[in-house]
Amino acid sequence: MGKALNPSYKLYHPKWYRRRMPIFWWLGRFSYTKFITRELTSVCVAYSAVVLLVQIWALGRGEDAYRGFVDWLRLPGVLWFHLAVFFIVLLHSITWLNLAPKALVLHLAGRRVPDTVILAGHYLAWLAASGLVAWLLIGT
Amino acid sequence: METVTHDVLLVGGGGAGLRAAIAVAEANPSLRVAVVSKVYPMRSHTVSAEGGAAAVIKPEDSLDAHAYDTISGSDWLADQDVVEAFVREAPAEMLRLEHWGCPWSRESDGHIAVRPFGGMQVERTWFAADKTGFHMLHTLFQTSLKYRTVTRHDEFFATGLLVDQGRCQGVTAIELATGQVYAILAKAVILCTGGGGKVFAFTTNANIKTGDGMALAYRAGVPLKDMEFVQYHPTGLPFTGILITEAARSEGGWLVNKDGYRYLQDYNLGQPEPKPVKRSMELGPRDRLSQAFVKEMEKGRTIETPYGPVVHLDIRHLGEKLIHTKIPFVRELCLKYQRLDPVHEMIPVRPVIHYMMGGVHTDIRGATPLPGLYAAGEVACVSINGANRLGSNSLTELLVFGARAGQAAAEFAAQQSGATKGVLAQALDEERRLSGLLQRSTGKERISTLRKEMQDAMEDGAGIYRNRSALQGAVERIQQLKERTGRATLDDRSRTFNTELVAFLELANMLDLAEAIIQSGLQRTESRGAHQRTDFPARDDDKFLAHSLAYRSSQGPPRIEYLPVTITRWPPAERVYGR
Amino acid sequence: MEKSVILQVRRYRPEAETEPTWQSFEVPFQRDWMVLDALNYIKDRLDGSLTYRWACRMGVCGSCGMMVNGNPVLTCATYVESLLPGPIRVEPLKGFPVIRDLVGDLTDFLAKLERVQPWIVRQDQQVPAAEHLQTPEQLAEYKQYSMCINCMLCYAACPIYELEPAFIGPAAIALAQRYNMDSRDQGAQNRMDVLSQHDGIWSCTFVGECSVVCPKNVDPAGAIQRYKVAATVDWFKSLLLPWGKR
Repeated sequence: MGKALNPSYKLYHPKWYRRRMPIFWWLGRFSYTKFITRELTSVCVAYSAVVLLVQIWALGRGEDAYRGFVDWLRLPGVLWFHLAVFFIVLLHSITWLNLAPKALVLHLAGRRVPDTVILAGHYLAWLAASGLVAWLLIGT
Repeated sequence: METVTHDVLLVGGGGAGLRAAIAVAEANPSLRVAVVSKVYPMRSHTVSAEGGAAAVIKPEDSLDAHAYDTISGSDWLADQDVVEAFVREAPAEMLRLEHWGCPWSRESDGHIAVRPFGGMQVERTWFAADKTGFHMLHTLFQTSLKYRTVTRHDEFFATGLLVDQGRCQGVTAIELATGQVYAILAKAVILCTGGGGKVFAFTTNANIKTGDGMALAYRAGVPLKDMEFVQYHPTGLPFTGILITEAARSEGGWLVNKDGYRYLQDYNLGQPEPKPVKRSMELGPRDRLSQAFVKEMEKGRTIETPYGPVVHLDIRHLGEKLIHTKIPFVRELCLKYQRLDPVHEMIPVRPVIHYMMGGVHTDIRGATPLPGLYAAGEVACVSINGANRLGSNSLTELLVFGARAGQAAAEFAAQQSGATKGVLAQALDEERRLSGLLQRSTGKERISTLRKEMQDAMEDGAGIYRNRSALQGAVERIQQLKERTGRATLDDRSRTFNTELVAFLELANMLDLAEAIIQSGLQRTESRGAHQRTDFPARDDDKFLAHSLAYRSSQGPPRIEYLPVTITRWPPAERVYGR
Repeated sequence: MEKSVILQVRRYRPEAETEPTWQSFEVPFQRDWMVLDALNYIKDRLDGSLTYRWACRMGVCGSCGMMVNGNPVLTCATYVESLLPGPIRVEPLKGFPVIRDLVGDLTDFLAKLERVQPWIVRQDQQVPAAEHLQTPEQLAEYKQYSMCINCMLCYAACPIYELEPAFIGPAAIALAQRYNMDSRDQGAQNRMDVLSQHDGIWSCTFVGECSVVCPKNVDPAGAIQRYKVAATVDWFKSLLLPWGKR
C-alpha cells in the first residue's frame, strides 16, 4: 500500500478512533442550536422562581423591605428585562405544551384520543390555572 | 491463531441459523451453541423476504393439499417423504413463531390472516403486511437473545471446514474487525448460509448472498444437489433488481404486456378473471410466469426500457386503501427506487434471479453425507422445492428444517468426544494460506472485473431458456475465470476489516457454485421446472426423475451423479394450472 | 446535466495512521444511482481498499448507514442527484468508534438491545395450542415500534449518545416499547426496572432528532416520552400503593 506503517499498531489489535466532541457541537446543526436555545430558556424559568422566592423573603422581612423590592421591580431597566424574561418563559411553556401529545397517548372507548384534543386539553388547563391565579392576585 | 471450542456451531445467522440455534439450546441446554456469521444476524437476507410463509391453517385446507401443491409445483422433483414431513410440521412451527411474538397480520376477530399465493389451491400463506421475512428474522433474533447457551461471533467470515477422521469438526474463520484467524471447533456444524444469487448479474439478492456455505461443503467433498435449478422470480424492478413480492399478484395485481393485454392467458395458465383465481394466471408457479415473459419478449410484446425489456404489473385497481394495508412496502419501494406511485401508475417488472432450489445434499433431518455436517435453509437441498419452488414455502422451510437440523445436530454432538489432533494442523495451514493471499506479489486482475464477467457468463449460459452451446460456452468461460482468479490483485493488504479479501474469497466460492450449476445443467438433457432446454424441450421422467449430485473433482468440471427422487403417494403427472 | 461528481470520503487505516484523513474520488453521475452505487464504483474501479458495510440495497437490512454531508442516512436510499452539485462528504456514523474507513463498532448497541429483554415474556404454565388472539387494533398499537431495522441512524443523530455513551439509546427503548405494548407480552415490569434508570430513559432530553432521521418512521422519541409518563405513573403507584406491585 506504500503508506508508512503506524508504529503503535499491534498485530490483530487495531486502535479504534473516537472523535472528541467539540465544545460547540450544538452550533453545527440548526436543529441542535434550536434545541439548546430552547433548553437555555429554562434559565429564565429558574430566574422567575428565584424572583418569586426573593419576593416572599422580602414579604417576610416587613413592609419596608417589601416596598424596596417593589421599587426595584419598577426600575425601567429591570422592567424591560423582566418583560423579556416573561416572553422567554412564554416560549418555554408553549414549546413544552406542544410536545404533550408525543408523551401522552390515551385511549377512550377503544379509540385513540386525537393529538389536537390532548393539546387543546393542556392549553385549556393552562389558561384556567392562569385565570385562577390572575383572579386571586387582581380580583381579590 | 486463536482457538475457540463449542459443541454445536451454526454458520450463518439468518432465519434458519437462528431457528436451529434455538432448537439446539432447547433440545439440550448443556450444549454450548455458537453462531458464526459474516454479518450481524439482522442483516441476513431473510430480512428482505416480503410475501409470506405457508402453513395449513384453514379448515377447508389439508396437509395433502399443501403437499400436492408443493410437489406439482416442483415438477415432481421434490422428495415426497420430505414434503409430507414439511407440511405436517409447518403449522406448529409457524404457531411457535407467533408465540415468540411475530406480528402476523390478523383477521378482524384476532385470528391469523392468510393470503393466496402462487401455485397454491387454498389460502395458506401467513403474512406480516409485506415484510414477513423482516418480522420473522427480528422475532427469531430477539428471541434467540433469551438463550444464555448461545454465543455469537458476529462478523466472522468462515473460510473452510475442518474435517478430520471422517467427520466435520468446525471451521476456520476470519474475525473481520481485527483480521485474526480463528479455529472454531465444534462437535457438529450446521450450515445456514443461504443461497448464491450473486453468481448472476441481475438478482434480488443482497451483496452477501455468495453461496459461501455451499462452497465450503463442496470443497469438503459433499455433493451439491440440483444446482441447475435456479429460480427467476417474475417481478423484479428493472435497474436495481429489487423484489416486488408475489403478494402484489395474490392481492389481485395483473401482468400485462405493451398492449395492456394479460398475456399469461396465452401460456396455458387459465383465463383472465377480474379477481385472482388460485393456481391460475398471475397466481401460477414462478417458473411458468418467467418463461412466459421470455416468450412475450421473443414476440416483441414487451416494453423496451434503458434497462432492458419489461412488462407491467398493474395494481392500480386494488385501490390505495388495500395497498396501504396489505402491500405498503411495495408502494414504498416503487416510490423510492422507481420514482413512481403504483396507486396511479403501472410498475415495470422483469424476471430476476431470486432463489436456488439446489444446494448442499441433505437427508430429511438436515444431515449431509459428511458426519457432523448439517445444513438447513436455502443453502440446503432436502429437497422440498425440487425443480421450482412455490412462493412462501421458503420462509416456512427455514423454521421446519432449521429446527430439524438443530435437533439432529444436538443429538450427534452429545455423542461425540472432543476435537481430533489433525484439526489444529489444518487450521494452521488455512491461516498460512490466508496470510499468503495478503502478501503475494501484485497480480493483474481486479476482483470486480472477474466477478462481473462471471455474472455475465452465467446470465448467458444459465438463463431461463438454455441450450448445449450456451452451457458449453459458460463452462469454458468459468474455467478461464477460475484460472484468472488465481492471479487476482488486492488493493487492500491490511488486516483490519479487509472487505476486499472477503470479496476475493466470495468470488472463489461463487466460481465453484457456477461450475456446479453449469455442469449440472449441461448434463440434464430434459426440461423440468426452472431448467428449460430449447434442445430438449420435454420432461423425461424415465431418465431424469432424479436429483443431480455435483461432486467436486480436482481437475476439470464436477462429476455428476444421479439420485432417484423419493415418490410416496403422488406418481408423476402433468402439471396443470388454470383449469 | 452533470457528467461526474466528487465524493470526499473519510478514510481511517489503523495500521497506517493514527487519525482519519479525507480522500477525494471523482465518480460518473448517473440519475438512478444512490450514494451506495457511487461508493461501489469507487471500490470496484478506483480503490478496492475503501471499506464500508452494505447488503440488501433496498433499505431493510440497516447495514449501510453513514453520515452524508453531515446527515445520518441510509446510503442505499439517498440519491446522488439530491446532493448535487457536490462535493459529497461521506463519513462513518457519528457516535460510534471507527474500526476502519466507514465502518463503526456496534457491540455497544447490540449489548443494549439485549438488556431491554426484547422478547415475549409470559407466565403461561403451558404452551397454548392455538395462536394468541390479537386484533388489528391491538397490532396497530405496537406495529410502528416493530419496524426498526437497527440502522442506528437515531444513535448518530442523538447528541446525548455522543456526550454520554452509557445512554441506552432510542432504538433500544423503542424496541422495549414494541414489546411493552404487544398485547401478548407480560414483561413490562421487568423492562421498567432496566429502563427507568439514569442511563435509561432519563438521559433523554427530547432533542427529537432521532425521530427526524429514522428512515422507517419508528418515532423513537415518542416512544421514550410515552415511557417517561408510564415510568412516572409507575413510580407514584409504587410509592402510594406499595402492596399493589405485581
